[in-house]
Amino acid sequence: MKAFRYERPTQAGAAVAAHGGAPDARYLGGGTNLVDLMKLGVESPGLLVDVSGLPHGLIETTADGGLRIGAAVRNSDLAADPRVRARYPVLSQALLAGASGQLRNAATVGGNLLQRTRCLYFQDVGKPCNKREPGSGCPAREGVHRDLAILGASPHCVATHPSDMAVALAALEAAVLVHGRHGTRTVPLTELHRLPGNHPERDTVLEPGDLITHIELGPVEEAARSVYRKARDRASFSFALASVAAALDVHDGTVRRVRLAFGAVAAKPWRAWTAEERLRGAPATPESFAAAVDAELEAAEPLRDNGFKIPLVRNLAVRALTDLASERSSAGGRDPEPSR
Amino acid sequence: MNCPTSPTPQRTTTATGAPVRAEGRDKVTGAARYAAEYAPDARLYACPVPAAIARGKIVAIDCGRALAEPGALAVLTHENAPRLGETGDRTLAVLQSPWIAHRGQYVALAVAESLEAARAAATAVRVEYAPEHHQVLPGPDHPDSSVLEEADDDAPEGWQRGDVDRAHAAAEVRVDAVYRIPALHNHPMEPHAATALWTDGGRLVVHDSSQGAGWVRQTLSELFEMDRDRITVVSEHVGGGFGSKGTTRPHAVLAAMAARHVGRPVTLALPRNQMAAVVGYRAATEQHVRIGATADGRISALAHEVVSYHSTIGDFVEQAAKPARSMYASPHSRTSHRVGPLDVPPPSWMRAPGECSGMFALESAMDELAVACGLDPVELRIRNEPDRDPASGLPYSSRHLVECLREGARRFGWTAGPRRPGTRTEGRLLIGTGVAASTYPADVEPSEAEAHADASGNVRILLNATDIGTGARTVLAQIAADVLDVPLDRVRIEIGSSDLPYAPIAGGSTGTASWGWAVHKAAVALAAQLADHQGRFLAGGLRVSVNTEDDVAARSAQYARRSFGAQFAEVQVDRDTGETRLRRLLGVFAAGRILNARTARSQFIGGMTMGASMALLEHSTMDPAFGDHAERDLASYHVAVAADVPDIQAYWIEEEDPHLNPLGVKGIGEIGIVGTAAAVANAVYDATGVRVRTLPIRVESLLTRIDAP
Repeated sequence: MKAFRYERPTQAGAAVAAHGGAPDARYLGGGTNLVDLMKLGVESPGLLVDVSGLPHGLIETTADGGLRIGAAVRNSDLAADPRVRARYPVLSQALLAGASGQLRNAATVGGNLLQRTRCLYFQDVGKPCNKREPGSGCPAREGVHRDLAILGASPHCVATHPSDMAVALAALEAAVLVHGRHGTRTVPLTELHRLPGNHPERDTVLEPGDLITHIELGPVEEAARSVYRKARDRASFSFALASVAAALDVHDGTVRRVRLAFGAVAAKPWRAWTAEERLRGAPATPESFAAAVDAELEAAEPLRDNGFKIPLVRNLAVRALTDLASERSSAGGRDPEPSR
Repeated sequence: MNCPTSPTPQRTTTATGAPVRAEGRDKVTGAARYAAEYAPDARLYACPVPAAIARGKIVAIDCGRALAEPGALAVLTHENAPRLGETGDRTLAVLQSPWIAHRGQYVALAVAESLEAARAAATAVRVEYAPEHHQVLPGPDHPDSSVLEEADDDAPEGWQRGDVDRAHAAAEVRVDAVYRIPALHNHPMEPHAATALWTDGGRLVVHDSSQGAGWVRQTLSELFEMDRDRITVVSEHVGGGFGSKGTTRPHAVLAAMAARHVGRPVTLALPRNQMAAVVGYRAATEQHVRIGATADGRISALAHEVVSYHSTIGDFVEQAAKPARSMYASPHSRTSHRVGPLDVPPPSWMRAPGECSGMFALESAMDELAVACGLDPVELRIRNEPDRDPASGLPYSSRHLVECLREGARRFGWTAGPRRPGTRTEGRLLIGTGVAASTYPADVEPSEAEAHADASGNVRILLNATDIGTGARTVLAQIAADVLDVPLDRVRIEIGSSDLPYAPIAGGSTGTASWGWAVHKAAVALAAQLADHQGRFLAGGLRVSVNTEDDVAARSAQYARRSFGAQFAEVQVDRDTGETRLRRLLGVFAAGRILNARTARSQFIGGMTMGASMALLEHSTMDPAFGDHAERDLASYHVAVAADVPDIQAYWIEEEDPHLNPLGVKGIGEIGIVGTAAAVANAVYDATGVRVRTLPIRVESLLTRIDAP
């Protein structure tokens, strides 16, 4: 049996020092993913640094009118925050579309970002997986991959990042505040997660010992009209087959500002830069939305059983943008899920 | 949700009124103990090691590191495990040979002082294999597909009447379609678990999560070659089984084996992610249904031909075509089940084996026939109602399918007439409704029971029945209380132990009929003794012991006995995403006398929910490279959650059937799942105009096939 050490520091610096960049040290937030992986044998840390005692449990308004969200804030608290609901409805909706009530009560913002793929091979230590065991191979490419990537994959890995919240944060251009062993720095959320390339074992650009302390949201004006749309097998408590986070500002029938990100299509929340670029100044019509999304999805390389994600993302995105463009659309958009 | 009612008042009241679940308080307070929660002194824990190949042989096993784990006491392998006696069930010959018949089969068992140590030790066992090429998928690639064998339980050559090919070819209207169901897993809430101990006197006691402690005792007596009387198997509380706990499973054998090997009690609870390989599942089926009919929908030809598989160490075959013999009148009919062996985990019983799979195909095909004939699908079924059982030619003891269809249509608000698919919308949602029939055999097995009465008016009822969450305890107490005319709280039910009088397993929807008959008989006999009794009670009180073997055998063979039902579903399909969500599910059943409205409703809606889950969610993918089912936890194997069944209603017809048993009951544990998937699929067709013949119906089934205006 592998025993592990457990520490629960009360300051970020102490947490980072305790971790020390050791390869078998892990930060523990809500534990909703890490503890499962420990039970499966995917993770067997020698040291758990519990970061739930750090002073990162607040959601503060920043001087520029944005929000500074502590990494230890629970998913359910962030979703329910009145400022988030009013100014960043896409974020609140994304959070509520994820997991179950019980899990959202436990899961933290930082942990949500750093959760691992739910690829079945990654979670099965009896099978090869390049992300878990570099160089062992990727059976998912020819095997069971319905839930896996259509964008940005590599021959070594076709995993997806499972977070809903991160897709909204990517659209909102959140900044990730990192406390590392050599000081603090800021990483744009869209650059936090890596595409697999030759190193699928590295999910993010974080260095060993780096601790996410906060997420910062700027005052994104168009976010007041934003929406998160998620397609999934089950009405609740299942990961996205595909999802879309969208914010739109239309003036005189023309797109002035737009933000668009896709979930469950890649190893990172997929900010649709190409589509956004094409849409700026374009007519706010379903046709131009579709053309823009198609341009973004041109790079898609579906696997045998996940080609449905291409029309799914397209339809979700066109619907989200069309609804946002329509006069009748409320700030929060339609809630596609049963009320909780 | 509506409370179930019936056209006439229920006869569910007892001497004390409300029939509350007897062990309800124990369960919700955690006082009810399950198999892994028995903690005899010095108890150890065991953790199995699953095979990492699908076919081949173990060349070497290195247990050195495992035994070096702190707390590890032993590792059992085929090299050192006790030799077991023969049984008919080859899945129970655990650790007896180096040969591997499927991935996940157990190759070793670690025993340690704690669960954590046992897991660590199991992980540290090193197994070297000589793998052989494995074949795990049926179909054209199957090397044995040319020699698939007929495997009908009743008719070795397949079953037929008349000339179905000619009749189908000559029919005015024809349906000819193939339906596919993937492998499905039972996944009861409580994993399979056992706590085993050997007494100093050489007795074996096993607390097992099982649907039948008697069956387990019998198997253990054969495996350990000892007299049944020296074995006690207890299954006091069981957290669901759905058939997967109907037979003895490897965990119970391993726990007993380990306990004997180390001389201390051992608990073995299967990790969820091992269950998919060793406790059975519903095999995937490919079902070819052909129906020929007149233009006005009268069936002249009905063929239901199933291709499936069995494992190399088990011969269980999903008898999916069987219900087609009994459902509708047809002068020409054929059913067959063709299978070959595969190197897969052994399939077995899953709730309504045969009927559940087969009725998805048959009732989908009936909907297709209704469309082809331009008929209301309710009316189509009524037109083909047989006046006796088409399979046996015998009259039915009772058959009220037509009443279920009519009552269901009325309650559901069914729009009569031909289907007009794709015509009902709400914004971006397409709305549709569908109907399907249900059926399940109403069988009964012999059972024993004892009834005791003491001087203070208390009654004890003893028999080895099993309450797997159905409410059996409660219903059996009601039966006794009613016969003896005593308050329910005066009746104590003792079930769930092989030391009690013999009773059959909780399976095949036979429990209430079989156990209830024996309890009824015992209570009647006790009532007679009480009436005759003069003077004071002796210390032991009065006791009677009964056996229904002769009664069951004396039942007339001149009747076909089945339950029937009708299910109605309403779905919405999102035009943009292809997501299907169930809106309403309503079932009406004719299943004999309903003894307890509360527990009966729970059985019906539980089955219906599982059927809806099968229609839209459940799916086990055979991974051909590895030979296992990829989804092995409840995060990847999706079962319906509450949000997936927003409105579910179950009703029943008051059915008086004098040809069943003294209680007039048929059993209701399985019929609720039968036909549900077809009702949902038919509703999807009505919503979208797309006929989905492969389950589950998911986004990719519809997304590119719906017109998206």
